[in-house]
Amino acid sequence: MSHLPDPCLPTGVCDGAWQRIQTSLPSIPVEKKNGMQIVVVGGGLSGSSAAATLAEQGFHVKLITYHDSPRRAHSVAAQGGINAAKSIEEDNLDGINELFKDTVRGGDFRAREATCRRLAEISGSIIDQCVAQGVPFAREYEGVLATRRFGGAVVSRTFYARGQTGQQLLYGAYQALMRQVANQRVELLPRRDVLELIKVNGVIRGVVSRNLLSGKLEVFRAHAVILATGGYSNVYFLSTNSLKSNATAIWRAHKQGAFFANPSFTQIHPTCIPLGDKYQSKLTLMSESLRNDGRIWLPKQINDKRHPSDIPELQRDYFLERLYPSYGNMVPRDVASRRAKELCDAGFGVGVDGRSVYLDLRDAILRKGPQEIKSKYGNLIDMYERIVGEDPLAMPMRIYPAPHYTMGGLWVDYHLMSTLPGLFVLGEANCTVHGANRLGANALLQCLADGYFIAPSSVTAWLAGQTFSPSSQEIDNACIEAMAKAQKRIDDLVKVKGGIPVDDFHRKLGKIMINRCGIIRDERGLRSGLKEVNELKNQFHNEVRVPFEVDCPNPELEKAMRVADFLELAHLMLSDALSREESCGAHFREEYQTKEGEALRDDENYSHIAVWEFVRGASSIKHVEGLSFSAIQPDKRSYR
Amino acid sequence: MTNKISLDLRIWRQESVSQEGAYVEYRIEDLSTNLSLLEALDKLNEELVMNGERPINFDHDCREGICGSCGFLVNGQPHGPKDATTICQLYLRNFRDQSTLTLEPLRAKAFPLIQDLVVDRSSLDRLIISGGFYSVDTGSAPDANSFKVSQDNSSSAFQTATCIGCGACIASCRNASASLFVAAKLAHLGQLPQGQTLRSERAKQMKKQMAAEEFGSCSNNLDCEAICPKEISSNWISWMNRE
Repeated sequence: MSHLPDPCLPTGVCDGAWQRIQTSLPSIPVEKKNGMQIVVVGGGLSGSSAAATLAEQGFHVKLITYHDSPRRAHSVAAQGGINAAKSIEEDNLDGINELFKDTVRGGDFRAREATCRRLAEISGSIIDQCVAQGVPFAREYEGVLATRRFGGAVVSRTFYARGQTGQQLLYGAYQALMRQVANQRVELLPRRDVLELIKVNGVIRGVVSRNLLSGKLEVFRAHAVILATGGYSNVYFLSTNSLKSNATAIWRAHKQGAFFANPSFTQIHPTCIPLGDKYQSKLTLMSESLRNDGRIWLPKQINDKRHPSDIPELQRDYFLERLYPSYGNMVPRDVASRRAKELCDAGFGVGVDGRSVYLDLRDAILRKGPQEIKSKYGNLIDMYERIVGEDPLAMPMRIYPAPHYTMGGLWVDYHLMSTLPGLFVLGEANCTVHGANRLGANALLQCLADGYFIAPSSVTAWLAGQTFSPSSQEIDNACIEAMAKAQKRIDDLVKVKGGIPVDDFHRKLGKIMINRCGIIRDERGLRSGLKEVNELKNQFHNEVRVPFEVDCPNPELEKAMRVADFLELAHLMLSDALSREESCGAHFREEYQTKEGEALRDDENYSHIAVWEFVRGASSIKHVEGLSFSAIQPDKRSYR
Repeated sequence: MTNKISLDLRIWRQESVSQEGAYVEYRIEDLSTNLSLLEALDKLNEELVMNGERPINFDHDCREGICGSCGFLVNGQPHGPKDATTICQLYLRNFRDQSTLTLEPLRAKAFPLIQDLVVDRSSLDRLIISGGFYSVDTGSAPDANSFKVSQDNSSSAFQTATCIGCGACIASCRNASASLFVAAKLAHLGQLPQGQTLRSERAKQMKKQMAAEEFGSCSNNLDCEAICPKEISSNWISWMNRE
């Protein structure tokens, strides 16, 4: 059993710590950088921004993505905006303080204070960077940047480009990346899945990937490797993630020694388009801004099959307004999701299998007129109509919570390095700032803080301190070993030749996970979930059917490898949720709630990051990284 | 209320660019009209896998109309018959029961075929590499508010920046021209104050690359505008030609 390494948190006051540390970090002369190779896995917001910046600074970068182009990464789908402490006035200390505190509080005091502080301090430079790249943010009449207010915030500090902020930020990073491709500093390696890491004397020195067109396994050596591979909400099968979003690279890293932090911390978004059919492949997010004008309700009568317009006002239960008179429909994501689920479980739900609630624009239309509502939410209304085939102006929308974001991820220290030296982890794939619940509009911010600013400094500093270089014989051997491991995984899956398709297993896994480790968890359910996942995993490896042509495109094989990893990760998520005997943020344990049904945190025993170490052939070991707070004191969230 | 639909699908199957391709007919029966066309293909693929046949290959990922991965032809039209809609958001309720749909890959010289409905669109990346960016290093940016941008300009730049790079405009053009794709990028970058230096240089470089990739010249038929899932106006092509 190894011990948890030092998280390398700054000493002294956390205000300004990042700047103090940064000036003292060692650097590398440009001539030397020129001979150094960095592999970045993932072309989304954090991967592309890190790759572009490291290349600008003189390194050679290879960027690997499973897409045909980095522009397709799922950051592209982020709608709402990006938080930043940036005002027109020069002195902006208040803004930084507020963003810092809201981030810590939003995460329900389960993230490191120092990393949240850094996020807020860097945020202003990120907006500068994006604007200089040409990101067309919304503007005020006089031409300055516009902001809007977002959930969990008291001030307006969310910068946005209509409902397509993620797309515009990603294109900014993508274009910066393409500029470095033009400068021959970045080599793009599209349509490749990373399957293994190459480890030499405990240090990560490259990756093995499968070329998704030729099926060939390839080795890419590097002085350092960055994983920027996103989150793992697709464990749930139906989520708002893109279909190919996966955990393979982080899970392979975990099995090779990178510790995994808070795997059970997953965010469920309340306003998504619900399930319409068994073969539905994903759940689509509808921006929560709709809750500003939409009223959420269910019939008061159980199992009421009437058309919504036939249900009179007195027989409707506007349950969020009833339970939370002051916040009403605007309660935070986790609270709204939980109340919707409880009522659907109790039989009040509507739609397919009674698994949705109404989001009704009727009263807003009566008050403001259809024109105003249409101009405000036009793109969302169109999207709903395309998917569901009903007009939200004529009939209430049906919505239901859906897995959306994973706060957990590979454990990294303050410098974003995992427990495997040479392996850095960025963006949603790590665990740095969101604690038990991510604040709206902080995901894009974290990706760009990691990619543009933190990783370039810390990767450089780590490389500067590297004196030992392995012999080529040692690297060759490690490459051969990693290739053989990847090949064996493929062979094992293909030779099963069972009678059940991959998606069938994935759907079943999703059902187990949403029921046992979703919006609400309890000990009995989690224990059953562990058993169910084990059974499903065994069945998968005995009965899955994968087409056996492997030297060519084989999307079924890609899926099978992803699902194999999800099955193992699911087990860790359940174990983590089981061992955290408190409720905090998005992690709600039935047994730990207040009289009013709200999350009951246990700071005495659980003010920590749970850090899991993989052990071959035995149960994972849980380490604990204690959290302490000095600039902000833990208090209770209340929305009543 | 769930309605059911049955369709005949004629799908272009081609193992690889070096092998001959052909249409193969499939039938899908009694599917819910609440499924998307891609979900119908998922289900068909599940059946093919069970029968020991190679599943149909098509590009897709976000399934919410924003990543630009999907985009084959449905009855000759990129992204199918519905306006402002990518193929991943095209639902079966948009088709008549018992009708026949012909699915084939985007066809253009600059998009070599990979397999079935999948083509190689890396030529679009190379157009951006040729000059579709501002040259600004991380950390060297001036204060964001030092650029004032009017609401009209910023909104117009945004409109052109929404191009998802799906390639439908090219496949819809009888000359397989990339004019709308390039014009959208030049207009995005050229309308903002940050992008005024090197503005004509950018246009020159990207136009040169367009020719090198063997995209054709603009056909002036405006099919690109009609087919664009993000409704980008073809007026930007004349704007580009004035640059």
